[in-house]
Parts: sequence; structure tokens; C-alpha cells
Amino acid sequence: MFPTDLLYTPSHEWAKIEGDTATVGITSFAQEQLGDITFVDLPAIGATVTQGKEFGSIESVKAASELYSPVSGEVVEVNADLDGAPELVNQEPFAGGWMIKVKLSAKPEGLLDAAAYEENAKSCH
Amino acid sequence: MENLFVTPLNAWHKAHGAKMVPFAGWEMPVQYSGIIAEHQHCRSKACIFDICHMGEFSLKGPGAKDALAKAVTQNLDTLAPGKCRYGFLLNPEGGVLDDLIVYRIAEDEFMLVVNGACIDSDFATIASRLPAGLEFTNISEQTAKIDLQGPASLEVLKGLLPGEWEKLGYFSFVKTAFGEVEIIVSRTGYTGELGYEFYLPASSAGDLWEALAADPDVLPAGLGARDTLRLEMGYPLYGQDLDTKHTPGAAGYAGMLTSTAEYVGKPRALDAPEKLIALSIEGRRSARHHDVVALPGGEVVGVVTSGSFSPSLGHSVALAYVKAEAADAAEFVVKTAKVELPARKVDLPFYQGGTARKKLNG
Repeated sequence: MFPTDLLYTPSHEWAKIEGDTATVGITSFAQEQLGDITFVDLPAIGATVTQGKEFGSIESVKAASELYSPVSGEVVEVNADLDGAPELVNQEPFAGGWMIKVKLSAKPEGLLDAAAYEENAKSCH
Repeated sequence: MENLFVTPLNAWHKAHGAKMVPFAGWEMPVQYSGIIAEHQHCRSKACIFDICHMGEFSLKGPGAKDALAKAVTQNLDTLAPGKCRYGFLLNPEGGVLDDLIVYRIAEDEFMLVVNGACIDSDFATIASRLPAGLEFTNISEQTAKIDLQGPASLEVLKGLLPGEWEKLGYFSFVKTAFGEVEIIVSRTGYTGELGYEFYLPASSAGDLWEALAADPDVLPAGLGARDTLRLEMGYPLYGQDLDTKHTPGAAGYAGMLTSTAEYVGKPRALDAPEKLIALSIEGRRSARHHDVVALPGGEVVGVVTSGSFSPSLGHSVALAYVKAEAADAAEFVVKTAKVELPARKVDLPFYQGGTARKKLNG
């Protein structure tokens, strides 16, 4: 159900770790729960993010929610497409809806694999 | 979700992928395919809405008009049979207990349509204001309400019902037949689009819903799209934009209070230490209910009562109560949990393209 090459947080973010860089987004489960996404607030390139801490926020028609970083490091790229088309997060949460790329300052600890995350998501219903 | 009321269409909603939420004591669909898709479909084609949670009362008997005119704000002297009118139920202080539509069914017969959360309290309040000898009945349980809204509504309905309703003007209605049962077709709605509200026996709700849903131009829409559609028109939602702390005058309805009857709350119905204003916000970030409204200089002057991203306009809009002395300012700032959003006061409706008042040939 969830891509096995990603790692996950209980708060429904994902990280794809390739070498010393991680791509970060939110899961298909999260976007489904949020409904139509209308705005994504992301940090600037060069900002520092910390695992478990807020790195931005996301708004849907009905609610606003915080985004928590699955990794620690420096933001090296931000998905500018989400400015005009936040619905990409609904349409392609694991692809075109990615949010930030982070140059890792530390190895992330305690992230969930796909199977563990799926168990976690099930219990959220 | 326990102890929630369910409408006759509850099983249909669940079978068709609706996300169900508690609303005003009812388990209701908030969305099917998605709020924005449903919203856009209603503005371009047509959507159906299950509104069975709303309440209906019947009032009959000699003198019903004069008695009702003392209970609600509607001017009933100028309301002919076959017409309906929006207005308010007030407390003695002029505060809004509910907003409601009064239908004049016949010379001495009316139907009142009230909000789902207010059914019991409205019924008790109105009953206490009526003299003995009138037949006043809560018909909410046996009455289903389904809304068909959108520019394609007329064409959709043509295939379904005999044509007496086709010439209806805005805020007019007719009783006709849907198969074996009587149905009221009312040219009204809560979206700003051409459309109809239907009242029929609850036992026939499923048949009408299925027949409407079978039209390829029709999609079911939930309360989420209903809320964004009504907000784009600036229509108030009871419990947010209307409440007992504010009068019709404060909410911007002074011009509608033309009744010459001495209805409860009338002496104070125009009191307006605060006024409801419409705010246009640049950008997609939304103001939300309870966000603080300030003047650009920082002085706090009010609070947001409704706010959302507007799917039709591509930016956010809000309604807010602000102190009367600040209500004429052109620029405001909405303080959300995270940021301050510059907001500009605008005239309603936010969305100007609605087809609700469209003149129909006939």
C-alpha cells in the first residue's frame, strides 16, 4: 500500500533518503485525511530543519495542519510547483507533491518502514 | 459517532464513498469526490445535496398570517401564496435565534424551514408566540429536503418532473407530483446558482435522489462544497455568521426588515454595535472562524466568523464581525495562528457569476 523505498513518521510525513540527501513529503493517507489541499507553507532554501520539529504547514479547504520534519539538516531545494498547484500533494503525494529536499546533518532515528507505517495509519481510523 | 440522527439517504452516501461527519447532531456527508471538484461541478453543471437534516414546520388556520407575522421578521403582507421569503426568528433583544424561510402555501397555510440544529428550540419558541386555535406541527421527520443546484438544474429536472415548475421565478414554488407523491419544488438554494429545493415525503427521498443522480450532468455534493459555495455568495451560516449576540441589522439585513407587524425583537432588530463585513484576502492562505481581525495599525476590532479558500476565485475570502465604528475601513489584517493576512473590505457577493437569479424564458 505504501512505497517500500521510503521511511515514514507517525505524523504521516515520508522521507526518501538517497546518500546524504532526503526528499520529504506527506503520505497518501495524510492527503486523503486532509482533503483538497489549498496552500502549502514551506521553509526557504538554506533553512535548518530538525527531526520531529515543525518545518511548515499545510491547509485544506477545511483545516490547517503542521508539517513535522522526518529528518534533520539544511533545506537545499523547495518544490516551487506547490505554490500555484498545491493539489499536486493530493494527486501525487509520493512524486510531484514532494515538498523539500534536505542535506542531512545527522542520520534520522526511529523512522518507520512501510509495513510499520501502514499499521500506524490503520489505527488512525 | 453515536446518537447521531441519520437521513433516509445515509446508506446511499456510504455506498458511494462519502466521507461522513457529525454535523448539528446528524451524520452527514462532507464530501464524495472532493470539495473543490464538487464545488466546481455545481458552478458549471449541477449537484444534489442531502439537506434532510433541516427542519420543516406547518402552520394552518384562520389568522395564521397575522399570528406568524408577530413571531418572525418576514413581511407576510407582501408574500403571496406560491412565494417564499428569507428572514429571522429573533429573541426579545433582537438577537437571531435562527434564520428561516417562510413559504406561503395558501392564504391561511404556511411552511417554515429552519436549521437542523435549531428544530426543537425553534418549534418551542414559535409555538409559544402563537395564539390557540392554529394548527402548528413539526413535520421535519416525515419531510425530506433535497437540493438540486447548478446552471444545468433546469435541464436536469425537465426529464424528471412534469413542467409546472419551469416558469418559477426566484423564491417561488409550486406543488406538483413526483410519481405518486406530492412534492414542493422551490426555486431557491444556498449556492448562488440556478436551482431547486425539493420537499417530499421522507419515504420517497431515495427515489428522487436516485433519479437525479442518474443524470450524467449531476454529481452528489457534501456539506463541504455547500459551505464554500454559500460563502462565495456571502450567505450567512447560522451559528457562525448569525447568532443570538447579533441582530439582523448587524448581519446586514436591515433592508429586509419591512414587516409592519410587531414581531418579537423588532424594537432592537437594527441594533448594531458590530457589523458583519466581507473580506477579500490575497493569496491562498485561509482565514478561519475565530481568527482575530485588526486594523492595519494593530487595533483589534473583530473576529472572523467564516473563512475559506474560494475555489471559484482562487484566493481566500472571509466574513467577520467588526466594531461598527471600524466597519467602514477599507483595509484590515486577519491574524491567523501563524501569520497576519492583509484583507480588503469588499461588497458581496464575492463570486459574481452565480446563475440563481437568471430570468427563465416562459
